[in-house]
This record gives sequence, C-alpha cells and structure tokens, in this order.
Amino acid sequence: MDLSGLLVQLLNGLASGSTLFLVAVGLSLVFGVTRIVNFAHGSLYVLGLYVAYSSVEHLAGAIGFWLALLLAPLAVALLGAAIEILLLRRLYHAPELLQLLATFALVLIIRDAALWLWGAQDLLGPRAPGLAGAVQILGRRFPTYDLLFIAVGPLVLGLLALLLTRTRWGTLVRAATQDREMLGALGVRQAWLFTAVFALGALLAGLAGALQLPREPANLELDLPMVASAFVIVVVGGMGWLSGAFIAALLIAELKAVCIWLGVVQIGPLSVAFPQLTLVAEFLVMALVLVWRPWGLMGRAPVMARGEAPPPWPGRGGRAATLGRALLLAVLALLPLMLGAQSYALVLLTDIAIAALFAASLAAIVGPGGLHSFGHAAYFGLGAYGAALLTHAAGWPFAAALGVAPLAAAAGALIYGWFCMRLSGIYLAMLTLAFAQITWAVAYQWDGFTGGSNGLTGVWPPGWLQQGARFYWLVLLLSSLGVFLLRRLLHAPLGWALRAARDSAVRAEAAGLPVRRVQWLAFTVAGLAAGLAGALFAFSKGGVAPDALSVSSSVDALVMVLLGGVHALAGPVVGAAAFTWLHDSVAHATDYWRALMGAIVLALILLFPQGISGIGQYGRAFAAFISRARRAAP
Amino acid sequence: MLTGGFLSHLGLALADFAQQKKRFYLASEPLTDKIVWQQGNHYTFRLRPSTYMQVAMLVPEAAKLNKKRWAIVYPNYEYGQSAVATFKQLLKAAQPQVEFVAEQATPLGKVDAGSVVQALQDAKPDAIFNVLFATDLAKFVREGNTRGLFEGRKVVSLLTGEPAYLDPLKAEAPTGWIVTGYPWYAIHTPEHDAFLKAYQTRFKDYPRAGSVVGYNAILSIAAGLKKAGSSDTEKLIAAFTGLTLDTPFGPITYRAQDHQSTMGAYVGTTAVKDGKGIMVDFRYEDGAKYQPSDSEVKQLRPAAQ
Repeated sequence: MDLSGLLVQLLNGLASGSTLFLVAVGLSLVFGVTRIVNFAHGSLYVLGLYVAYSSVEHLAGAIGFWLALLLAPLAVALLGAAIEILLLRRLYHAPELLQLLATFALVLIIRDAALWLWGAQDLLGPRAPGLAGAVQILGRRFPTYDLLFIAVGPLVLGLLALLLTRTRWGTLVRAATQDREMLGALGVRQAWLFTAVFALGALLAGLAGALQLPREPANLELDLPMVASAFVIVVVGGMGWLSGAFIAALLIAELKAVCIWLGVVQIGPLSVAFPQLTLVAEFLVMALVLVWRPWGLMGRAPVMARGEAPPPWPGRGGRAATLGRALLLAVLALLPLMLGAQSYALVLLTDIAIAALFAASLAAIVGPGGLHSFGHAAYFGLGAYGAALLTHAAGWPFAAALGVAPLAAAAGALIYGWFCMRLSGIYLAMLTLAFAQITWAVAYQWDGFTGGSNGLTGVWPPGWLQQGARFYWLVLLLSSLGVFLLRRLLHAPLGWALRAARDSAVRAEAAGLPVRRVQWLAFTVAGLAAGLAGALFAFSKGGVAPDALSVSSSVDALVMVLLGGVHALAGPVVGAAAFTWLHDSVAHATDYWRALMGAIVLALILLFPQGISGIGQYGRAFAAFISRARRAAP
Repeated sequence: MLTGGFLSHLGLALADFAQQKKRFYLASEPLTDKIVWQQGNHYTFRLRPSTYMQVAMLVPEAAKLNKKRWAIVYPNYEYGQSAVATFKQLLKAAQPQVEFVAEQATPLGKVDAGSVVQALQDAKPDAIFNVLFATDLAKFVREGNTRGLFEGRKVVSLLTGEPAYLDPLKAEAPTGWIVTGYPWYAIHTPEHDAFLKAYQTRFKDYPRAGSVVGYNAILSIAAGLKKAGSSDTEKLIAAFTGLTLDTPFGPITYRAQDHQSTMGAYVGTTAVKDGKGIMVDFRYEDGAKYQPSDSEVKQLRPAAQ
C-alpha cells in the first residue's frame, strides 16, 4: 500500500472506467432522444461480447483479429435498428413505463437467444494480437491492452462531441434531447432520427462488449448488472450529458480501485475491509450525488415535458363491480374446499395473493402518483426481514411479528422517501433503486444479523395456522384487505391530492396542497403495504434471503404492475396473477422459459397497450364502434 | 421426499422446509457448512463434500509449501467467507507462524480483476489462496498471467480443477496450482470407468462434477429406499443414518453424527495439455478423513441434538 501502488491502481480505474463509459454513453443518448429507459442496453453489450467471440473465432484467420472484432458492434447496431423499427416505434405513444416493460421483455429474449446460440458455458476469447503483453509502469507490469482502453474512452467522447456539435444530425439529436415535440412540430422526421440514435447507442454498447473480449469471458449473467451500472453512471453524470457520464464513470471506477488498494485497514479497534465496499460503491455514490445534486453532477432540471395527459382514474365502479369482486373473493375462499388443502394450486394462489398486494402497493404510487419506483423490493424485503428477525432474534409470537414487520418497512419508506420525494421522473426512480441496492447489500453482508447471503430460515406461522388452508385464508384476507384499503385511500382526499400533484405539481402547490408531503405520505403507505406483503411472504416460505430485496424483485413487481395496467388497482392484481402463473407454468414447460415469457409479455404489450385489465376498455370501444356502424348503415 | 438444490441459500431454505413439514431431504449440490452443522436438522442429509471438507483437503498441501506470507482472494458471500475462515483457522493450526498479508473480497461475478491482481501483488505474498470461480476465475487468471502475479508464487485454489471452471480457460489454464476438482479424463477405476462410459453413451458429452453429484444423489436415494423398505420419512432417516453405498468415486457413508456423506474430491495440480487445462498428480481424498472431531461437530450442530 504505497504511493506508486495507488498511481497504478488509478490507471486500472481509468481502464475499467472506459468500459462503463462506453456502455453508459449509449444509454444516455438513447434516453435523451427517445425517453426510453432501455433495460436491454446491457443485453446489447453482452451480445457484442458473444458476437465478437464468434466472429474472431471464425473470421480472424481470414480478415484479422481487429476487423473481426469490430464486425460485432456493427452487427449489434443493425440489431438495434431492427429493434427500434419493429418494436419500439410502435410504442412511442404508449405510456412511458410500457416501453420499459418492452425493453425488459427484450432482455429475457436476448438472454435465451444467447443461451441457445452459444450455450451456458463461459467463453473466454483470445488475447489481442500485438497488445497481449504488458509494459513496465512504476516497477509493475501493466497490460498493454488496458492502455488502449484508457485511450478509447476519451476518444469516443471526443468523436461523439464532434458528431453532436459539428453536424446537422448532431444538432437534431441535441434538439430532440431538449424538446422533441417542438422538433416534430418544426417538421423534422423523428422516426429515422430515433432509429439512428438507437442504432448508435447499440453500436456503442456492442463496441464496449467487443472490446471486452480479451479481458473477460462472455457470460449470460452480465446483462442486468451491466445495465444497472450504466444507469447509475448516466444518472450520476446527469441524464443526457456525455461529459457527465464520462466523469461519473471515472469517479466510480476510481473509487472502486482505491477501495481495493486500501485493502483491509485497521482503524482503531475496528478492522474495515474496504474491498467489500466495491459491492455497492456505485449505488452509494449515486445516493450521495442525488441527495446533493438532484439532477446529477452535470445535469440541469429537466425541461417540462409535454407528455400526453395521463388517463383519468376510473370511478369507483358501480354496485355490479362490487358484487363481482365479492363473488371472486368468495370463489377464491371456497377453492380449498373443492381442490383439497394439499393442492399445489393453493401454494400458487398464496403466492399470487402476496404478489398482488406487493404489486398493488407499487401501482398505488406509480399510477395515481406518477412516482416511478425502481426499488420497491426494499420495502417488501424490509417487511420480510422484519418478520424473520422479530421471530428469530426477538422471539416474538407470530401475530406480533406479522403486525410490526410492516411498520419496519414503513419506517424505511419514511426515511428513504424523504430523500426520494425531492426528485422526480427518472432521477426519483434511480434513487429508489440506489436505496434498495444499499439495503440489499446490508442484508447480504451482515452475516451475524441478517444471515448474509444465506438469509434467515425457520420463520413459520404457528402449527394451528398451517393446518389445512388456514394460512391461505389469512393471506387472502390480509391481501384483499390491503388492496381494498389502498383503493379507499386513493379515492380519498389523499388520492386526489396525489393525482393533482402528478398532473401539475405547480398548480397543486398553488392550490395549497403540500405536494412533497402528500407524495411522501403516499410513498410511506405504499411501503407499509409492501411490507405486509413481504412479512406474509417470509411466513409462507419459512424464511427470507437477500433475493427478496434484489433488483430483479423490484423489476418483477414493476412488470406485474405494467402487465396489468396502471389505471386501476385491479390492474396489478390481474398482472400479479398473470405473471406468477405464467412464471410458474412456463418455467416448467420449457428450458427457454425466459424467451417464452418475454415473447408473451411483448405480445400482450402490442395487443393491450393499456395493460391486460384495459381489455374492458377495448370491449366498450368495440361495442361503440359496432353500434355506430349499425347506425351508419342504410 | 425431497432432493436437489444448488445454491446454498436455497439448500438451507429446503432443509428448513423439510424440518417444518417433516419430510426427508437429501441436499445434493449446496456447499454451505451450515446445512449439516449450525442449521442442520434431523430430516436433512447432504451428499457433496462441504466447503469445510474441500478446504481441509487443501490445507495439508498448503502447509507443506511452508510459505509464510499468504494473500487471499474470495467472492464476497457466505461460500467465500466461510472457505476463507476455515482456511485461516486450519492453516494457522498447522503452521502457527503463517501471516495473512492481503485479503480481497470481490463482488460475485463482477471482480475488478486488474485492481485486485495488483493489490495482491503489492502485498508481496509468498503464496495465494483463491476461492474465485467461473467468470471471476477466468478474469483473475488472465489478468494475473499478464501482470505476472503467479510467477514464483504458489497458488492453492478451491474447486478450480472442476471441468466447469477449468475448461473455459483453455490453454490459458493456470499451471502448478494446487486444486480440488474432478479429473474425469484420468480416473481409472472400474466404478468410474463404468460411469464414464454410460454417461458418454447417454449424453454424448463428458461429465462435469455436477453430473457425478446428481448421479450419486439418485444412487443414494435408491440405496436408502432399498434399506428402508419404505418411503416413510422416519424409516428413510433411519436407513440413511450410517448408510454405505458404492459410487463412481468409491464407497461413501452418510455419517450418523451430522448426516454429511463422506463423498470426497480429487486434489491435484493443474497443468496444460493439448491446449486444455487438466489436473495431474492427483489423488482421491476420502471425505471421511477431513472432518472436525466428533466433539467439535457436536458443538457445531446444536439443533439436531
């Protein structure tokens, strides 16, 4: 641990910063212009790596290593263009979050396509000819290839800056980033601009992946971690700011390098293992930056979006709707008597009921509140861990643990919410994600308290409750009560205030509504409901592991909400049922269940852009069309 | 009855489920020590040699090297942490003057190989204990080769000899590392030959370590069912306690004191032959030899008393 060691570590940081930058900058460009949060960007990076592996393997003999390597980004760019034309173009007028769902379906499909084409084993590419060795720097061997990497980052940044400032196309891109409606109104054809930008973003992701070939094996698991890191960088830098992304990438990479350089340090009586911090370094940085500068290091407050007006929240439904719901509940409650208490269907229905409450709690803030949380699993997980810890460490009885655990989640939401509610849009989403990741990391690391990566087991409801279908009935009761109360709340003044704040924060403020406090309160209530779902989850599975807090748990909730439609609380309930059931049945049916799941999700999006529960609206529209057609007929 | 499981946390959850629902559970792949010790229970048995056992097989080799300064690198989760804790404890016992000069815990699947390799190098260790596997291992090896980390240093490495982790490295597989693994290509015993031939005929592929584990799990269940004469939970548990059977690796026994099988692993040295990593000079280490004393096990396994 000396100074020259630190200097070389900083060089290492520069090299890894370059990769992060290349991925992040493409994401930033795509978001800036199309406003699409492209989850599949990490998958394009992975594809770049796999395609480069194959093309180098088969073509390097004929056309040389470098040409073969660079074919990969071109292929990925073509794929990107195809994705934009065939899929995303149909969705620009769909609700923003639905586009996100579509890109998530792409993640699933690309993952399985890669599995099918290249297999599950890691594929380590060859070293780069000419740059395979190392040079001496400060008495250490430094890989020559990393020097190339250090140069590539600034080079790409410079080229992009030239492209954006010195060409007409670049001017259009910048204009679209600032105000795409205005650009459209001025007569610029946006379709091809969007296609080109998306292809460029894909090219950069593919390039980052291909360049990684000599350093890291191609591997299917890279996609979501990579896109999460890229998002962090984009947001820390400021959305749409290329130089911001560059600075953020370097900042985070250097921070990790310094943590590794520090190693295990004795500070007083405490021995601090700094390398362990690399697990969450980027999310810690993001949380700090967003608390300090809400729009990232370089960013500015976004121009007010002239989005389409959000659809009105439907009325509370008539007596028929209430009757229908009561009937459904009655059928669900009677099912165990028909199927028998040992039926697998009951396990699945318990899962669905818990998922429905979890999804509804997210939908309550996403729909009426416009508060897009990417980290809702934090509150689900806090509830689950709360229940497990109260049972385990404190030895509380079941009822007390189940009653108090959601309060732990609410407390978490109260604290995190205070920071998150100062932001809006994608920044809010990313800060919620950062807090969720930090919570996950704490649970993952704190072996003595949370059981570390193994989690906690032995959390079961008391014996009398496990008999027959009793636990299922309890879950059904509490979940439907939770959904019902959320619904009541959203039709109460708080709900109206929340919608007012979403539709126009300025006007709501002027009308005397304490906008931030309303949102904060709603966020906390949603956290409470998610916590209840989490506590039920812990008791139904007999324990909890950090998975419950992970990004994929948050994404699952989001997918359920979007699948069902955000325009009524029935949406997430339908979405949760469809998602859980699909997950269960599709996963048993095929090895490629992700792709099938992704395809089903895409089909649902294209058929029902308002979510599955929007099917009713179609029915009414169709009926109106028919009756009009009849009237028009001679 | 239940069997299977791969990740440790799922294995533990299944073990707990088995206890709660009073079902027999044979954990096949999960490695964590806790499944038979801290969280071990009456209903759960485990086949694969645990983290403790595999580390314990490597420690005598590590002690033989007689190196003073050790650096350690491991994935930052329970498997890595407990492997490192066991390694430090056992090596210190075998060689009291040993020093651990650097410790790098890396996020699973996301190792910053360049920085980690340099940090290990800067600590100037005489030898390295590695717990990284899969993608992390490939990045670590390539970066270590480029930067000369392994020159003049001995490396002791957990699981690296398993085909799933050694094969992706191809010609760049490390040489001279002391590893645990499964050299299917060079085991010549009648039991293994029969298994290998049958496997290759059926699947047109070579077996991985997991293939043997899966096969042995089913063999165990068959033997247990035969001995019990019924699938009744308590009868199965009684049958599995002390059950001995023949496997492609040789005879194994399910220990009565902690329900761990004595299935072992191969310990050897890595080498490269025909552009592929292999294990040479290996021998089979019977899992029965690498266990803490019965009184320690008794202390480690409170729940099952």
